[in-house]
Amino acid sequence: MKYLKNLLGWVDDRFPLIETWEFHLSKYYAPKNFNFWYFFGSLALLVLVIQIVSGIFLTMSYKPDALIAFASVEYIMRDVQSGWLIRYIHSTGASMFFIVVYLHMFRGMIYGSYRKPRELLWIIGVVIYLALMAEAFMGYLLPWGQMSFWGAQVIVNLFSSVPFVGNELSVLIRGDFVISDATLNRFFALHVIAIPLLLVGIVFVHLVALHKVGSNNPDGIEIKKKKDANGIPLDGIPFFPYIVVKDIVAVVLFLIVFCAIVFFAPDMGGYFLEANNFVPANPMKTPEHIAPVWYFTPYYAILRAVPPMFGSQFPGVIAMGVAAVAVLFLPWLDRGPVKSIRYRGPIFKGFLAAFVVSFIGLGYLGLMPATPTYTVISQVLSVVYFAFFILMPWYTKIDKCKPEPDRLTFK
Amino acid sequence: MTDNVDRSKRRLILAATTAAGGVAAAGVATPFVLSFMPSERAKAAGAPVEVDISAIEPGTMKVVEWQGKPVWIVRRTQEMIDLLSKHDGDLTDPAGNVPQQPDYCNNPNRSIKPEIFVVIGICTHLGCSPSYRPEVAPADLGADWGGGWFCPCHGSRFDLSARVYKGSPAPTNLIVPPHQYLSDTTLLIGDDKQKGAA
Repeated sequence: MKYLKNLLGWVDDRFPLIETWEFHLSKYYAPKNFNFWYFFGSLALLVLVIQIVSGIFLTMSYKPDALIAFASVEYIMRDVQSGWLIRYIHSTGASMFFIVVYLHMFRGMIYGSYRKPRELLWIIGVVIYLALMAEAFMGYLLPWGQMSFWGAQVIVNLFSSVPFVGNELSVLIRGDFVISDATLNRFFALHVIAIPLLLVGIVFVHLVALHKVGSNNPDGIEIKKKKDANGIPLDGIPFFPYIVVKDIVAVVLFLIVFCAIVFFAPDMGGYFLEANNFVPANPMKTPEHIAPVWYFTPYYAILRAVPPMFGSQFPGVIAMGVAAVAVLFLPWLDRGPVKSIRYRGPIFKGFLAAFVVSFIGLGYLGLMPATPTYTVISQVLSVVYFAFFILMPWYTKIDKCKPEPDRLTFK
Repeated sequence: MTDNVDRSKRRLILAATTAAGGVAAAGVATPFVLSFMPSERAKAAGAPVEVDISAIEPGTMKVVEWQGKPVWIVRRTQEMIDLLSKHDGDLTDPAGNVPQQPDYCNNPNRSIKPEIFVVIGICTHLGCSPSYRPEVAPADLGADWGGGWFCPCHGSRFDLSARVYKGSPAPTNLIVPPHQYLSDTTLLIGDDKQKGAA
């Protein structure tokens, strides 16, 4: 024990070990009224680790070559010992990542976590979300199935609708005039190293920013305003051990669901792994019905809802892009006097409910073929989606809010 | 000491260093950006393709690969050709004003010979490959359908000269590639210059 203490002292003289431990864990105070919505941040971190570890092992058997990529995935599924399990962990992890991140973002929206002083924390989070979308899109090309190929074909062609430079831009992305071996190879490089490296970096920055400003909470009030004689927030509890223990419960529950999907429904009825992707890519034939994976469908539905204007698809592409980054502006769109939904009035609640309905509705419509009826519904829901953001400065201001409490409410 | 600092000299040196560093960074970025462009091999892959069209039955379509893209060759029946001139009002660009075809194919049939139609099977909307639907008035495409192509991705419709119908998301007609006849039964796709070459 004495030797261990000496070793610790030796290290601590050369590296801020105890200081870091205290600053980020044992003396980092989190609000004591966290509810289940506060599980999803640490769960997102867990899924990131799951994806990195399972991804590294997949890389050992996968071949990024248009001639053998599909076969190498089948090789992983059939011949590599436990290869099927590692692949299903990775494919399930992709969808679970988005479920967790969408809930994490929604938590921020209901409790006003994007409000001052957490605007930068929120922006960093949105950047993580965008990087995650790029990561997922590129990863989806790698199995080189029909959906991989035609999904990439459609998404890369979105860039070719950019005026003037569109064609050159899409050629630059593909590295060829069509989706080909060159595209597959570079998407592999970006998927396994460039974007993961970036993701880990911005996740670290996200945590640094979080620990500077501290967590928001379901009451949306600052615990740092009421401190005891020692400067410790009266309504705060140390992250270690209290929050860590709470998060372990979340991890156990999450892993039960995760394993249930991996073992009993890895393709989730065609939503996590699409049936057409079990057919090798064929550049000569588009499948009868193509749709992106579920986590992209709300934006895809918005893309399809916008009709071509001036002989160009570009307006739809713009609408899709704006829809994806709209949350970035929340800190400045929200003029409400309170942060948390607990003290907001009925107008905000109504708009938020309409937003949730439009997001889920668009997600459903994006999976369906574009019939005239569905297109009209998509157009209505797209308007609702954008109205939530555009009208926010107005309706948050006129809303009848309740007074915020002085201290956290806690049962 | 600090009182005697020549600040304007420092600013000049800072600006010069920043500029030089910027130029160097742009220079270093060049090879990496260039490596993102299509390789010489990708550029060379556009070699013309020779196709034997003798086995294509009237009304059917053959798909061949050229530059990694599907090229459709259809032997149209006389009824199909007759229908082509009857729906100009429903088309976005019936006369082929947007140069989506070589000059020698800028006619109502968009082809060299009226019955043989050659076109690149990539939708001008977002690059899916439309399905060949030669039948007249099928249940899912409506009573007005006179045969053509239907894109499953976003619902664009094309007639049997691959001209886009109004109301489709695709902005223009499909592209007719350069091609020529080497004999009555042999087509060369991707090259219309070397007449008589075989």
